[in-house]
Amino acid sequence: MTTTTPAARDVDVAAAGDVPERGRLVVEIDGTTTVGIFRFAGRLYAWENVCAHQGGPACQGRIVSRVRERLDDGKRSLGMRFDEDTMHVVCPWHGYEYDVTTGRHPGVPGASLRSFPVAEVEGRIRVTV
Amino acid sequence: MSVRRLEPQEITTATDTRDILANARRDTERYGLDDYFIVDVDSHHVELDSWPEILAYLDSPVLRDTAAQMMRNWPQASHLALHNHPPGLTMQDVSGRIPHQASLGEPTPDVGSGAERDVTLVRRAMEAMSIDVQVVFPQPMLETGLHPQPEVATALLQAYNRWFTAEVLPREPRIRTMLGLPFENPDACLATIEEFADVPGVIGFLVTSQRHAGVHRNAYMPVYRELERRGLPIGFHAGPNQADTMTSTMNRFLSAHAMSFVTCNMTHMTNWVVNGIPERFPGLRTIWIESGLAWLPFMMQRLDHEYSMRQSDAPLLTRPPSHYIREMYYTSQPMEWTDDKLLAATLEAIDAENTLMYSSDWPHWDFDVPGKIAALPFVSEHGKRNILGETARKVFSLGG
Repeated sequence: MTTTTPAARDVDVAAAGDVPERGRLVVEIDGTTTVGIFRFAGRLYAWENVCAHQGGPACQGRIVSRVRERLDDGKRSLGMRFDEDTMHVVCPWHGYEYDVTTGRHPGVPGASLRSFPVAEVEGRIRVTV
Repeated sequence: MSVRRLEPQEITTATDTRDILANARRDTERYGLDDYFIVDVDSHHVELDSWPEILAYLDSPVLRDTAAQMMRNWPQASHLALHNHPPGLTMQDVSGRIPHQASLGEPTPDVGSGAERDVTLVRRAMEAMSIDVQVVFPQPMLETGLHPQPEVATALLQAYNRWFTAEVLPREPRIRTMLGLPFENPDACLATIEEFADVPGVIGFLVTSQRHAGVHRNAYMPVYRELERRGLPIGFHAGPNQADTMTSTMNRFLSAHAMSFVTCNMTHMTNWVVNGIPERFPGLRTIWIESGLAWLPFMMQRLDHEYSMRQSDAPLLTRPPSHYIREMYYTSQPMEWTDDKLLAATLEAIDAENTLMYSSDWPHWDFDVPGKIAALPFVSEHGKRNILGETARKVFSLGG
C-alpha cells in the first residue's frame, strides 16, 4: 500500500506586528489546523492548538511566567516567585502548562505540543504546515 | 489556503462553553462519538448563581427571614446566605489558569431565571461533548455534610431539591439527577425519597461524602431498604475538605484535593463493606462518584488482607471485601491515566467493562471528555460502549 503525505506549504498568516513581545496569535488554517504563534525574547514559535493531555486548546490559555520555589542555603522554603525569564502558556481545559520556547511541559516528560516551522519575512509571519 | 484569526484568542470566564469545548469535536470525529449513547453520570451546575431563587423554596418562614436578612445586610452574602461555602474552594482554578472552574460567565441572552440559564449552559456542554444524557449535581452543596448546623443543611437540601425538580428538570428531559439526602437526619432522608422518587428526571439519591457520619449506623437501614425496594441507586459523591485532621497539615490545594476527594469515599466504602451492607441489601445499586479509580486496587488489597486474618470483625461477609467492591459501580472521572499498566490493571480489577460509567465532572478543573474513554487502548469496543453509556442505561433504567 502506498500513502501520500500532502506537501508542506508556507502560509502567510499575519503581519509581524500582530504578534507582540510576550503576545500570541491563534489562527485556523484551511479550517483544519489551528496554530498558536508566540513571541518571546524577539523570537517566534508556533505550536498546534491541541494539548498533549486531552486535546484542549492549549494556545488559547493564560500566558504567564513559570512559577519557581526559592530555597535558602539551609533548604528552607522562601516561598514562590515568577521566573520572568520564561514564558508559559497554560491549557485552559486542565492547566497543562508549556514553555513557549520548547513546547514542553516543565514537569511531565513527554508532554509537549506539536511544532510548526515559523519565520518572519519582510514584515510578514509565515508558518509551514 | 485560508487563514482565519481564531476567536477568542484567549479563553476566559466570559467565553462561551461551546468555544471552550470546541476541541472536543476532534474526538467526536476521530472516534465517531455521535454513534455512541453517552451518559455523563457526574456534571455540575453552579447553584450559588441561583441562590436567591433557591432560598425562596425554604419551607421555614423563620429560615427564609434569616436568609433574606443575610442577603440584604451582609455585603457579600447575596449568593451565600446560610451556606457553608469553604473559602479554600476558590483555589480550584489554579490562579486563573483554568477559567471555567471559577465561572461560566458567558452571555446567555433571553433567559429569565437562574434555572433557565443553567439549562442553557448544560445544553451547550452536552452539545460540545456529544453527550446524550447528563446527570447534573450542585457544587458547593457537596460540602453540606460539614455544615455547622445540620438542621440548616437539611432545610437547604430540601429547598434545593424542590427548586431543581420544579425549575430545572421540567425544562430539559435530557437532564437527570440524583438528589442529595439530608443524611444527618434519617427520617428526613425517608421523607426526601418519598417526596421526589417519582419525579421525572430523578434517577437516584446521593450522599455527599464529606461528613462525619458512619454509613453503617442502624438508623440508616430504613433508608437503604427503601431505596432497594424502589430500585433506585444510592451514590456517594466525594468532595474536598481542607480542614480535617489530615488535610489541615497540607499547605497546597493540590495536596488537599488529591487526598480528600478520595479519603472520604474510602472511609464510607470501608464501613459499607465491613459492616456487610451489600449482604443486607443485595439489590441496592451503589455508585462511588468523583474519587477517580486509583484508590480501588488499594482498597481491594488492603481490606482483603486484613479481612483474611480478622473475619470475626466482619461476620456478615461471606466473601472477601474485593468481591463486593467489584460488584459496585464507579464513575470514571478523574481517571488517573499516567501509567498504562497501572490503569489497565485497575480497570481489570474493578471489572470496568461492567461497572464503570463515564463522567465528565464538567465544568470542574479536572473534567474528562468522552474521548478519554474512547481512546483507552486496553478496553474492548463493547466495553467502551458500556462505560460511555450502556452501563448507566441499565443502572438507572434509562430505557430506549
